[in-house]
Amino acid sequence: MREIDVSSLSAWFGSKQVLHDINLGIERSAATAIIGPSGCGKSTLIRCLNRMHEEVRGARVEGKVLFDGEDIYDPRVDPVVIRRRIGMVFQKPNPFPTMSILENTVAGLKLLGRLPKAELQARGEKALRAAGLWDEVKDRLGDPGGRLSGGQQQRLCIARALAVEPDVLLMDEPASALDPSSTLRIEELVTELKDRYTVVIVTHNMQQAARVADWTLFMLYGEVVEFGPTSRIFTTPEDKRTEDYVTGRFG
Amino acid sequence: MSATVPAIEVPRTISSQRRTKDRIFSIALWASVVIALIPLLLIVYRVVRLGLAAVSVSLFAHTALPANMAGGGMKQAFLGTAMIVGIAIVISVPLGVLTGIYLSEYGSGRIASVVRFTAEILLSIPSIVAGAFIWALVVVALGSFSGLAAGVALTVIMWPIMARATEEVLRLVPTELREGGLALGYPRWRVIMRVVLPTAGAGVLTAIMLAVARGLGETAPVLLTALGNDFVNTNPMKPTDAVPLRVYNYVQSAYPAWRALAWGGALMLLLGVLVLSVTARMLSIRQQRRMR
Repeated sequence: MREIDVSSLSAWFGSKQVLHDINLGIERSAATAIIGPSGCGKSTLIRCLNRMHEEVRGARVEGKVLFDGEDIYDPRVDPVVIRRRIGMVFQKPNPFPTMSILENTVAGLKLLGRLPKAELQARGEKALRAAGLWDEVKDRLGDPGGRLSGGQQQRLCIARALAVEPDVLLMDEPASALDPSSTLRIEELVTELKDRYTVVIVTHNMQQAARVADWTLFMLYGEVVEFGPTSRIFTTPEDKRTEDYVTGRFG
Repeated sequence: MSATVPAIEVPRTISSQRRTKDRIFSIALWASVVIALIPLLLIVYRVVRLGLAAVSVSLFAHTALPANMAGGGMKQAFLGTAMIVGIAIVISVPLGVLTGIYLSEYGSGRIASVVRFTAEILLSIPSIVAGAFIWALVVVALGSFSGLAAGVALTVIMWPIMARATEEVLRLVPTELREGGLALGYPRWRVIMRVVLPTAGAGVLTAIMLAVARGLGETAPVLLTALGNDFVNTNPMKPTDAVPLRVYNYVQSAYPAWRALAWGGALMLLLGVLVLSVTARMLSIRQQRRMR
C-alpha cells in the first residue's frame, strides 16, 4: 500500500528547474532509496516530500504530493503540520547545541504542549532506544548533544525525529559524513526502522541502497530514469543508463 | 604516462635578497603597530594619572561645590548618566534585537534592504546630528530639556549598532540548525526562539554591550537634549546631568578643583567602556568556541 504519491512534481531554484515532472509512489513500511550522481536532484526531491524545499530563498514547487490521500501542497495545508508527520534527518548531524541529549531528543515533543517530566523522560528513552543510542547515553542524558561523536549525533537526530512518532522518516544522505562503522550502525537502524516506518533515504552510495532499500529510484538530471524493486534495479535494469550507473560506468 | 617531465629545481636556501625584503616588511609592520599604540597609551596614561588623583568618596557622594572650593563631586552626573543610558537601553534593546532578528531571519525583500540601509546611514551620521534631530523632535515638543530626550537621542546611536551586530551574530548560526527545527514541525518563530537565539546567545549580549559602551560616552547628543544640571534630578522629564557633559564643562573651566573632577569623571567613563568592551570580547570568544 502506498503512503506517498508524487505526481507531476517539478521544482525550481530561482529560474533554474531542478526537478522535471516526477511521478513516484512510495510504499508504506518499506525503505525506498533515491540514488543518482551529484546534482541530479535527489536531495531536492526528498525535501519536496515534507515541504522543506520551499524554505530556501527563491525555491518553488509545482505538482502534487499526496500523503494519506491529501495533497500536502494544497494551500490550506500548513507545512508545519506536514513536517510533524513526516520527519527528516539531514546529511550533517545537527543536534541543537544549547540542548542536552535528552532535551534534543524530546525537542519536538515540546510542541504538543506541556507534558509531565516523567512522560518526556519515558518518550525520550523510547526514541533513544529506537535509534539504538540509549545504552551509550543513558548515564549522561544531561550532557550537551554536541559532545557526542559524529555517528552518535546522527543517531541522536534520528531519535529526535522518531520521538514525535512520525509516519514517514526522510533521510538525506544520513551517513555521508560518518565513518564506516557509524555508517553500518545507521544502515542497521534503517533496516530495523522500515518495519514500523516508511523510510525514504537519499544516498550516493549504491551499495548502501542495495543493502537497506526495498525499492530504488534512479534519477538523472532531475528526472526519474527508473523505479522498481531494489533487486531488479541492481540486477536487471530496464534502462541502459541505470545499468551504466549501477555497474559503476559513470557517476 | 611515459613522457618525462623535467623536475623543477627547488632551491634549498632562501636568497639573501628575499631575506632582506622579509626583514624590512616585518619591521614596517611592527613599527606601524607601535605608532598606532602610542597615542592610545598616552591618553590612557594621562586619564589614569590625573583621574586617580580625583577619585574619592566625595566624587560619587557629593554634587558640585562652589567653584573656588576644593572637593565636591559629580554625583548628579553619575545618576543622570545611569538614568539616560537606562532609558536608552529600555528602548533600544528590544528595538535593536528585534530589528536584527528581522534582518537575519526574514530580511530578503526590499523592505529589509531599506531597513539595512537606514541602519547603515544612522551608524555613520555624526552624533550631533542625532542630538539636533531629537532636540527638534522631543525637546521642542515637550517644552523642556530632559533625561528622556537624551535617552531617545542615545537610542538613535545605539539602535543601528545593535541591529547590525545582532544580524551578524544570528547569521553565524548554521542553516542546518534552523532546518533541524523546521523539520520537527517548529513554526518559524519557534525556531528563532528555541534554536537560533539560544545558539547565538552570548553573541546577542555582546551586540548589546558594544552599543551600550558607545552610548555611555556620547557627549553631543546629550548636550543638546539633557542640557545638564548642577543638582541631582530623578525626574526623566527635567534637565539632567551626565558624566560626559560634566567632563566637557569642567575640563575647560578656570578652576583647578573642577578640572580635577573632570579627570575623575573621564577615568570613570573610560573604566565603564573598558569593562563593557572586555566583557563583550570575552563573551564573543567563548561564543566562537561553542559555534565550532
